[in-house]
Amino acid sequence: MLEFLLSPPLLLMLGSVALAAAPRSVLPRSVLRALLLALPAWSLWRFWGLDLGNHLQFDLFGQTLTLMRIDGLSRIFVVIFHLAALIGSIYSFYVKDNFQPLVGLFYAGSALGVVLAGDLWTLFLFWEVAAVSSALLVWVRRDGRALAAGLRYLGMQMVSGVLLLAGIVLLRHELGAAPGWAEFRNFTGLLEDGGLGFSNLAPTLILLAFGLKAAFPLLHSWLIDAYPESTPAGAVFLSAFTTKFAIYALARAFPGQSELIWIGGLMTAFPIFFAVIENDLRRVLAYSMTNQLGFMVVGIGIGTELAINGAVAHAFADILFKGLLFMAMGAVLYRVGHVNGSDLGGLYKSMPITTGLCIVGAASISAFPLFSAFATKSLIMSAAAHEHYFWLWLVLLFASAGVFHHAGIKIPFFAFFHHDSGIRCKEAPRSMLVAMVLAAAASMTIGLFPQWFYGLLPYPVDYQVYTPTHVITQSQLLFFSALAFATLMRTGLYPPELRSVNLDADWFYRRVGFRIQDGLATAFVALHRAGYALTGRLAATALALAQRHLGPQGLLGRSWLTASMALWVAVLLAAYLLVFYWRLG
Amino acid sequence: MAHHDHRTPRGKRYWLDRKRNVAKVFYALIAIDVLWLAADFFYKKKAEFEGLGGWADGGIGFYPVYGFVGAFLLVLAAKQMRRVLMRPEDYYDREERSGSS
Repeated sequence: MLEFLLSPPLLLMLGSVALAAAPRSVLPRSVLRALLLALPAWSLWRFWGLDLGNHLQFDLFGQTLTLMRIDGLSRIFVVIFHLAALIGSIYSFYVKDNFQPLVGLFYAGSALGVVLAGDLWTLFLFWEVAAVSSALLVWVRRDGRALAAGLRYLGMQMVSGVLLLAGIVLLRHELGAAPGWAEFRNFTGLLEDGGLGFSNLAPTLILLAFGLKAAFPLLHSWLIDAYPESTPAGAVFLSAFTTKFAIYALARAFPGQSELIWIGGLMTAFPIFFAVIENDLRRVLAYSMTNQLGFMVVGIGIGTELAINGAVAHAFADILFKGLLFMAMGAVLYRVGHVNGSDLGGLYKSMPITTGLCIVGAASISAFPLFSAFATKSLIMSAAAHEHYFWLWLVLLFASAGVFHHAGIKIPFFAFFHHDSGIRCKEAPRSMLVAMVLAAAASMTIGLFPQWFYGLLPYPVDYQVYTPTHVITQSQLLFFSALAFATLMRTGLYPPELRSVNLDADWFYRRVGFRIQDGLATAFVALHRAGYALTGRLAATALALAQRHLGPQGLLGRSWLTASMALWVAVLLAAYLLVFYWRLG
Repeated sequence: MAHHDHRTPRGKRYWLDRKRNVAKVFYALIAIDVLWLAADFFYKKKAEFEGLGGWADGGIGFYPVYGFVGAFLLVLAAKQMRRVLMRPEDYYDREERSGSS
């Protein structure tokens, strides 16, 4: 029993609940915060001592469920999720209220449950817990916009859950047992040379459920919509887990699924256009997250050991550098009150340390040599090249130039440089700076010591990232992309940052869906009113009729004279007599 | 609108506050780019593809041209997308508020 409680998912989830429940008199804030950091650290230390294989199996309703299945693929996600929980908790100490790190830790626990789940039922369970706990992190901002965005977010997460549940139930029907990962892979492997061809409903539903959380095109807008509505710390927690365990699930269930190559290619390319014209800088980061997820999906679709390694490595690096960028923008949000590119600029004067750390994040996401994404994205690019996907490779190269453009340059440039907005504020709080330094250091470690980092990956790596060709071609691509930006700025061709929103796929449910709902509501009200009026009229008619006949003046209701009654009785008796005689006669 | 006052309220002038220095940064970037382009002549590239008549990706200047043109067209295309996609900042709020009242 204790083993179950001390497994990483349950330890973090139950631990955060226990900490939240403890009264302040027993647990002063400083002790609570120390425990908040000790919990994930201890959990990671315990986990590191465990052997590969299945752990903690139990029977429930005739199904054998596996709480922990440790292999190379799940292990690296467990490591990075613990790191993300630690860094996010430190970051969130800028407010006195500990609600955010407590919810963040709980959410991290559910994400660990997803990546450790040894079967689909367990996965589903944690999938849903993660959906609800992450919605809380949108709502922590406690204003109307965040409330509405959180509801839309939760709705989309629930759609993913329902798709997953439907897929699992169908799969259970076909396989006759609790589907573990091995059975699932065997099952999909039987279908048309590994490709789904969408011929079987169950895996297709599961792919869509995973794809929704991995922000597939047209299913992506919940991410763009909700994450930037959260608090500075909320967005940091959110950016780490949901999309990344979806990537894990795709890598686990659908490696080499050819459809994913083109889905991923599309994901790398389309968001960068939106990111260029987006004004809210945290929303720009959300778009660039979709773009980075695209690289990972491509890697999973290619499916070779190199490509899967690349996808997983890039997920690991993305949690660090995207977290770092969200933290830097969160610091600006905290100090200035907004992150609109149109109204910022010149903040390097007030927040020099944040500026420097943001530039580290920007260089990391842009895959500059010596920075993390260079060591991770190159694996995916090389995998695409080795499998001779020329056009895909061109798309990825374009997306790489584009990501530098919007995340690498636009984010630091419009927030910290550009023309001076006149805003003068304090440097970010110390907790934020510490968390950012940790994320930057971890990120730099990957870029500087890639061979050491590659040792964590699920498959053995025989890959040299620092070759003259890699370094020179990547630098050329990025520096000339920077030149394009500088030229566009100096010639005034660059579109100015404008206070605006841009339509995206969420338009379909926020505008069209809203109109439909509005129309249905109007129709319902009209129907209700018509029914009410009709019933009223019928009731009035019935009442008038009853009044006429039964009322005081009605034929049946009014009082008659005794004499007339006697007369009618006499008439009746006479008639009776006549009939009697007639019948006898 | 954005402030074009280059003097900070506290009176301190930073190096980047001078237009001349911003231009220096730009010219430095051009110089760096020229050097990176020149690098193509001095090493043996391990090309992965023979596409576009052998230019991609083994040819001289493929990555610089692709990076520059790609980023340039990206911005111009995105700028045109604004015509279709851009709405006022309170676009959704207005609808949702008026609908719920």
